[in-house]
Amino acid sequence: MRHIISLLIENESGALSRVAGLYSARGYNIESLTVAPTDDPSLSRMTIVTYGNDTVVEQIAKQTDKLIDVVRLVTYTETPHVERELMMVKLRAVGSQREEATRLVAIFRGKIVDVTDSTYVVEVTGDSGKIDAFLAAVPSEQILEVVRSGVVGIARGESALKV
Amino acid sequence: MEFSGAEILFKCLEAEEVEYIFGYPGGAVLHIYDALYQQEAVKHILVRHEQGATHAADGYSRSTGKPGVCLVTSGPGATNAVTGLATAYTDSIPLVVITGQVPQAMIGTDAFQECDIIGISRPCVKHNFLVDSLENLATTIKKAFHIATTGRPGPVVIDIPKNLTDPKVRIPFEYPAEIEMRSYKPATAGISGDIRRAVDLLLSAKKPMIYAGGGVILGESSSQLTALSRELGYPVTNTLMGLGCYPASDDQFIGMLGMHGTYESNMAMHECDVLLAVGARFDDRVTGQIDTFCPYARVIHIDVDPSNIAKNFPVEVPIVGDTGHVLDDMLAVLSETNRRPDPEPLSQWWDQIKSWQAVNSYNYDRNSDLIKPQYVVEKYCELTEGQAFVTSDVGQHQMFAAQFYRFDQPRRWINSGGLGTMGFGLPAAMGVRFAHPDAEIACVTGEGSVQMCIQELSTCKQYGVAFNILNLNNGYLGMVRQWQEFTYESRYSSSYVDALPDFVKLVESYGHVGMVIDKPGDVEGALREAIAQKDRLCFLDFRIDTEENVYPMIEQGKGHHQMRLNPRRSEFS
Repeated sequence: MRHIISLLIENESGALSRVAGLYSARGYNIESLTVAPTDDPSLSRMTIVTYGNDTVVEQIAKQTDKLIDVVRLVTYTETPHVERELMMVKLRAVGSQREEATRLVAIFRGKIVDVTDSTYVVEVTGDSGKIDAFLAAVPSEQILEVVRSGVVGIARGESALKV
Repeated sequence: MEFSGAEILFKCLEAEEVEYIFGYPGGAVLHIYDALYQQEAVKHILVRHEQGATHAADGYSRSTGKPGVCLVTSGPGATNAVTGLATAYTDSIPLVVITGQVPQAMIGTDAFQECDIIGISRPCVKHNFLVDSLENLATTIKKAFHIATTGRPGPVVIDIPKNLTDPKVRIPFEYPAEIEMRSYKPATAGISGDIRRAVDLLLSAKKPMIYAGGGVILGESSSQLTALSRELGYPVTNTLMGLGCYPASDDQFIGMLGMHGTYESNMAMHECDVLLAVGARFDDRVTGQIDTFCPYARVIHIDVDPSNIAKNFPVEVPIVGDTGHVLDDMLAVLSETNRRPDPEPLSQWWDQIKSWQAVNSYNYDRNSDLIKPQYVVEKYCELTEGQAFVTSDVGQHQMFAAQFYRFDQPRRWINSGGLGTMGFGLPAAMGVRFAHPDAEIACVTGEGSVQMCIQELSTCKQYGVAFNILNLNNGYLGMVRQWQEFTYESRYSSSYVDALPDFVKLVESYGHVGMVIDKPGDVEGALREAIAQKDRLCFLDFRIDTEENVYPMIEQGKGHHQMRLNPRRSEFS
């Protein structure tokens, strides 16, 4: 089963490698991992998407929380939450492909953020399923390059991951 | 007043009441060694290899409960310390290991003796720090000691770039009295509702078992564990790491459990209906095949580390907290209630356990013409009245020591149980000696293990460190040979140690006393002589039965109830 682990970690050198190293050492899956500083520059927020049964994910969460630099950690499995991923995809766009791509971008509420005579760069935001769907909708020979941010998530309502 | 980084380091160690540091100098720590020379509070023990430094600090720590401290240089000095770090990490031993690093400006340039010890040590330390500024040095050291010694203890590395210890760069210094870390707050007390549930469940048991591990020793809670066990009258088993946390000579103690534990402990684990696990982590050498482990038990698990709970085995009542704190609370709940275990089923349970004890699973051939390793340990235990500190290495001798030396006190049995580090015993005994100048100490080892850190005999000579080395010499890497006999049709692949040194000449060349003992009748006399020589290190080279096996044994893939017993046991008197 897919799980999202969100955590606040001291923004110190090597913090990311502590998390990444733990996952490889213990054989845990990482589908995606994103990290960036928060409004408090001394803290980074990390979102990890992982797979496993409940026992495995409980262990993953405990082991991650045990890292000395991890300040707080939550698992968004049961919690209602919003998750988003951002993708930029470079598409071949010549002739009729241009109009077709524009139409598809509108359907997916994406944006064309760069245009040349022969290419578009399209930005699409959404949950991972929507992004997968966009990529499936574009003819594969038209896709020149894909970059995805990995998932970020936040709980709905009052609960907040804060220090 | 202003101090250099190197001076600040020693001020900090003094504030932490560090008595000894075990170390080895080199380029990146020369400023530190110069400051060491000019102070008197901390005594430095010059080892012969950095692995020896970490094991000595580890032995010091295991025998006292205080953190062990090491000082090594950058590059190879630091990498040589890694085995000792991993050893301490697996057994949750508090160490603070200070490594020199190349100057900050040279980090990342492949400088001479540069290596990324922070990266290398990360998976085998509780935490590590690369000190980034002189201003942060004292706080970092404070954090390192705090992290190493609290919660589930463990080793911490402090990597100090050389420029931060420069004697010309000086700042005012104050050692923080307290440290607060928002990211690190280990649990102490358990949840009171869980503690009540645990006591209720324990009192309802008809076939109870108490399974106690090294966490009881680390948590200094042997007296509480003993009090609780006696109040309930329940059988107690210890893990390899927990030996001594419950007195071995007590009637309620039914021996070690696991791969080479007693038949009665393992059978009782298999049949029990309520299991109280304290400071133990359901290690694979303890559980055997996990799907057959404790099939009828409802489990209570007390551990300071939440990640130990339900890691390998499901738990009904998890209690995260300091073992001493939780056991105190359980004793308090027990004293408030009038309920006590139902005596009838408990006495039936004890009858059952006694029938398993009658198998006498540790028994061996006492009439052999060859020296039996069991006999050496048994005799040593008798002569020292179970009061010695015993370190060991890894292999058959380690299991014989664990089986036949009966520890009545915690912190007396010192072995690398988790990582299984050969070479641990000799330097660890050295560390124990510094902490306990007058105690009887022995390193029970084998001719394979002892050669892995034998260079520390030189350190022992330099500092007049005396203890006894009981070398159970069978010419084989005995445990490997035993597995090859059992599972590889006696194809002894690389388990015969040819070209052994003459250990007597070897230890004499280091200035110690050596003896060869090859007849059972000479064992006691040699042991007595060695014990009497308080100020000399005695190396007793026992030429033992070369093909003795450790019994009983849970083989790979088998459960507690499927122990392999000694096939010749009916012939033994």
